[in-house]
Amino acid sequence: MPDPSDRRGFLNSLLATGFVSTIVAMAYPVWRFLIPPAGAEPATQSVVAAKASQVKANSGLLFKFGSKPGLLIRTPDGQLQAFNAVCTHLDCTVQYKADTSQIWCACHNGFYDLAGNVVSGPPPRPLERLVVNERGDDVVVSRA
Amino acid sequence: MQAIIDWVDKRLDLSGIRHFVQEKGVPIHAQKIWYYLGGMTLFLFAVQVASGILLLLYYRPSASEAYESVQFIVTQVEFGWLIRNVHSWSANLLIGAAFAHLFSVFFLKAYRYPRELTWVSGVLLLFLMLGFGFSGYLLPWNELAFFATKVGTGIAGAVPLVGPALMHFLRGGEDVTGATLSRFYALHVAILPAITTVLVGLHLLFVQRQGMSVPVSVARRLKRGERLKEMPFFPDYILRDVLVWYVAIALLAALAAFYPWELGRKADAFAPVPPGIRPEWYFLAMFHTLKLLPAHILGLEGEMLGVVAFGAAAGLLLLVPFLDRRAARDEPSPLFTALGVGALIYFIALTIIGHLAS
Repeated sequence: MPDPSDRRGFLNSLLATGFVSTIVAMAYPVWRFLIPPAGAEPATQSVVAAKASQVKANSGLLFKFGSKPGLLIRTPDGQLQAFNAVCTHLDCTVQYKADTSQIWCACHNGFYDLAGNVVSGPPPRPLERLVVNERGDDVVVSRA
Repeated sequence: MQAIIDWVDKRLDLSGIRHFVQEKGVPIHAQKIWYYLGGMTLFLFAVQVASGILLLLYYRPSASEAYESVQFIVTQVEFGWLIRNVHSWSANLLIGAAFAHLFSVFFLKAYRYPRELTWVSGVLLLFLMLGFGFSGYLLPWNELAFFATKVGTGIAGAVPLVGPALMHFLRGGEDVTGATLSRFYALHVAILPAITTVLVGLHLLFVQRQGMSVPVSVARRLKRGERLKEMPFFPDYILRDVLVWYVAIALLAALAAFYPWELGRKADAFAPVPPGIRPEWYFLAMFHTLKLLPAHILGLEGEMLGVVAFGAAAGLLLLVPFLDRRAARDEPSPLFTALGVGALIYFIALTIIGHLAS
């Protein structure tokens, strides 16, 4: 005859296994549900940012590059440059500062030069550069 | 585990809880099966809270995005279909369980002295559940929900004196629009849950404070000095409760997987009403009663009289423990039993007829 205490232990472990399995079976779908589905928005490859004649020397303008802001600038010597306008420090949107001819992030006073390299402040990396092409009067910006 | 309990015990003195756990018992008698319904309702409510919170992560409450966001949930989010179907099915099972709980308590006369307040809080909770059902129905912003809400809020407009103001208030304007959706959303995820939390807390507190009611026949035996066997709540009864909940989980999972809740077409105020428009089954008896009423009764609007009658019935339902004086003295009250049977038959018959008619 089996020891009743053993039988109790066996039944208890059976019960516990059942409960744990239930919790796992419920937690798994919930966990998967919590993860946002990837690829909801396709990455933009190229957009028309502005008309070339609109962008004066020593000025910049923001444009929509997919779901992110882009910054198109015309340097004082007349060159067009485009960057991903998201600061590499904490994701603020940068702007063109005409008085110093630099790109400036207002959140933590980060400065980038006209090639997107960090001049001063907390940004850890240069801004992501985008490729600029002129097609007639259209300024076409695309991912490098 | 024991070490953790001891650690907390030393600081917070858990003797009250320990005493409660050891002492709590459930009377054993022929009708004790009905005791499961309250726990079942509570369990399904917990399922609603959990699945509802999950849906909030992706749902967007605006006329232009609501339908698309639900579509996104069921097609793009992993297990989104499961969470949404569980929420929809569990809502229906919850209201079914709440109705069953109400009728079982009614027929066992468990509302009688000293449990009047438990009854009142329970009936109010049932009304809240119906409010959850009504407000939640609109949230996917599909055709069926849109027109059902038009009709439902239109019925509120038939309430005498305050009707038009009430309808305007519910709709957030003259018509069912995005403003209605915002209101119903606020009602569904904030206002109703807040009130429900308080009432559920009170309802459970009353039940714990007074213990389980026994049927009149058993109470009379007890009065004669008979003793009733009891089952300890922990762990004997709670394990039986859990067993019943497992059945509910299995049922929910099966329904959610094999009978997915349709999303239908996006609501369009300028589309013709699709045929077969009808509310959820728990409003069907009411809906169909209003349909059957003639347009004018004794010179008054039929619809208005119907709405007044429903209001009166709801009031009577709340007051049952105070009206049934015989049950309060632990005497049988066949009149109330007959009224309950009548109400139950009416409810079931009109639900079926309403279902077949549309």
